[in-house]
Amino acid sequence: MAGVAGGNDFQWCFSQVKGAIDEDVAEADIISTVEFNYSGELLATGDKGGRVVIFQHEQESKSRPHLRGEYNVYSTFQSHEPEFDYLKSLEIEEKINKIRWLPQQNAAHFLLSTNDKTIKLWKISERDKRAEGYNLKDEDGRLRDPFRITSLRVPVLMPMDLMVEASPRRIFANAHTYHINSISVNSDHETYLSADDLRINLWHLEITDRSFNIVDIKPANMEELTEVITAAECHPHQCNVFVYSSSKGTIRLCDMRAAALCDRHSKFFEEPEDPSSRSFFSEIISSISDVKFSHSGRYMMTRDYLSVKVWDLNMENRPVETYQVHEYLRSKLCSLYENDCIFDKFECCWNGSDSAIMTGSYNNFFRMFDRNTRRDITLEASRESSKPRATLKPRKVSTGGKRKKDEISVDSLDFNKKILHTAWHPKDNVIAVAATNNLYIFQDKIN
Amino acid sequence: MSATSTAMEVNAEARRILAVSISKLYASRTQRGGLRLHRSLLVSLVMRSARDIYHASRESEAPGAPTPQEPMDSSPSSEEQKQLPPQEAEPAQTEPQCALSPAPQTAVEAEECACDSEITEDKENMSPAARQSRKRRSKASAAPDFLPSKRARLEPGEERYAAPLGSCRVGAAETHGDLHQRVPGHSDDSGWVKTTEIDPLTGTRTETERPWKFEGETGSVS
Repeated sequence: MAGVAGGNDFQWCFSQVKGAIDEDVAEADIISTVEFNYSGELLATGDKGGRVVIFQHEQESKSRPHLRGEYNVYSTFQSHEPEFDYLKSLEIEEKINKIRWLPQQNAAHFLLSTNDKTIKLWKISERDKRAEGYNLKDEDGRLRDPFRITSLRVPVLMPMDLMVEASPRRIFANAHTYHINSISVNSDHETYLSADDLRINLWHLEITDRSFNIVDIKPANMEELTEVITAAECHPHQCNVFVYSSSKGTIRLCDMRAAALCDRHSKFFEEPEDPSSRSFFSEIISSISDVKFSHSGRYMMTRDYLSVKVWDLNMENRPVETYQVHEYLRSKLCSLYENDCIFDKFECCWNGSDSAIMTGSYNNFFRMFDRNTRRDITLEASRESSKPRATLKPRKVSTGGKRKKDEISVDSLDFNKKILHTAWHPKDNVIAVAATNNLYIFQDKIN
Repeated sequence: MSATSTAMEVNAEARRILAVSISKLYASRTQRGGLRLHRSLLVSLVMRSARDIYHASRESEAPGAPTPQEPMDSSPSSEEQKQLPPQEAEPAQTEPQCALSPAPQTAVEAEECACDSEITEDKENMSPAARQSRKRRSKASAAPDFLPSKRARLEPGEERYAAPLGSCRVGAAETHGDLHQRVPGHSDDSGWVKTTEIDPLTGTRTETERPWKFEGETGSVS
């Protein structure tokens, strides 16, 4: 059966998997964020251990031009270390919450990575030449005896093995009291925003010792707290516009030209709740875990626990499209509350042309929705279907009484295997899916 | 008949969810990375829903009962008593230790705002013996009295020792005098701090003055 994306019939095939095969998963290896850069040449992952691994797309080999190239490790570095705030007696986790690439402006690549409290700007640069023939130093770096120097020479650049260096260029710290959940680079390429549970700050990439607070929803009396900020993003083209989502299922669009403090929104997006589906957990499942603008900037997509919604920025009272990700879980909310799965924060992403969207689910399933044909498909990221260029078979969860062959019943889903982070290549049909400690890369068969 | 059994199921479900929620809030105190405000808020919202539904189902079960909240005296209150006191003791313990840093404070206050109304009802309906059990458990591990609040940074517009912001327990203290608490004192520039202690049984307030000092500093006022 053909896959679904972009209006044509695509077939998703396994390309690569990165990470240990070992059943025993070290907590530090769990991938916590995945992000392609603007060209799609680089793919960055962050993990709970505070490390960043960057993969680079190799050029297609001349002998097999019909195959896309593979992603291989380009650079690995420790971005954040665990810290202890002695004054507050709080441990600060080193887990990388988000990575966002900056648009490339020169030979080096820049990315922002953040943990709960500190954002860092990293420069990743290549070095493939080395200067040789210094006058005052030997080749191994030792100082030459001045009396031995009888002539002057000009050092020459000699080729060397490629070395990729990552260095922290800016550290943006001490601006967030609560846990940072989002960072987003502005379209002006000079500023970016960072959001925690109650506040959003606007930074300049060059200035680390201060930031502007542009949203503050902290109530005067914390006992009156009813909602928190869950995600925020800058508009892809309008550098004065950003959105932030809340735990109450609402999205606010703000215009930075209107006021210095954007507590008052320009637009307020909320879908009225269906009273018939009210339960103990209605509030939890309406909490938005991710918000993403479309590449066009005309739409935005939000992910709550059971569904993905596409909103037209011009219509505030309801989404234009709603896709059910795993509606069969609605009757299981109590168990999911007890095992904490109901608090899982799933992300969502657009494809390059905004014609399809993707999000993760449990049992290492992930879902894709074609916005034009309204078709959807469920695929699985597993080692079993990991033969090179093997086409992924669509999966189905049986919801009714009778379970068909090849279907999986809801009760046999593995809720420890959750796909929270996915990324879609900005131009091609290549996707990266993080399944706990493994990173799967899938491509479409047709070139 | 079926309505009653459904109401009872809802009742039992609500109680179970309440118990699970309380244990989650309690467990989240020891989580690495500090209290998660979002998660604590969601859990407290669920607790509130469960509590509302529990009361609504009890009312529908026994309409016209003299005190609709009386059921809190029976088993749910005993299990909540077991669970709430550790939760109450914990904020009390952590208050002097990790003190009044905003993150744990706010999450505790998120918990407090969910628990507050429960505590109010419990207070009304609990016997004096039960009330006594809500005392702070491990007083020995609390930090010494002479240490001031250790919050590192003032929020903009805040003053040090302003009562509502100085302690996550103040709100509770103002409304629930039965809990043994420290109300953070007010200081003037003299360097002396007044503290007010409220006796849980008699409700009498005693005020003491002590020199305000950090660890390592002497008590003298300069």
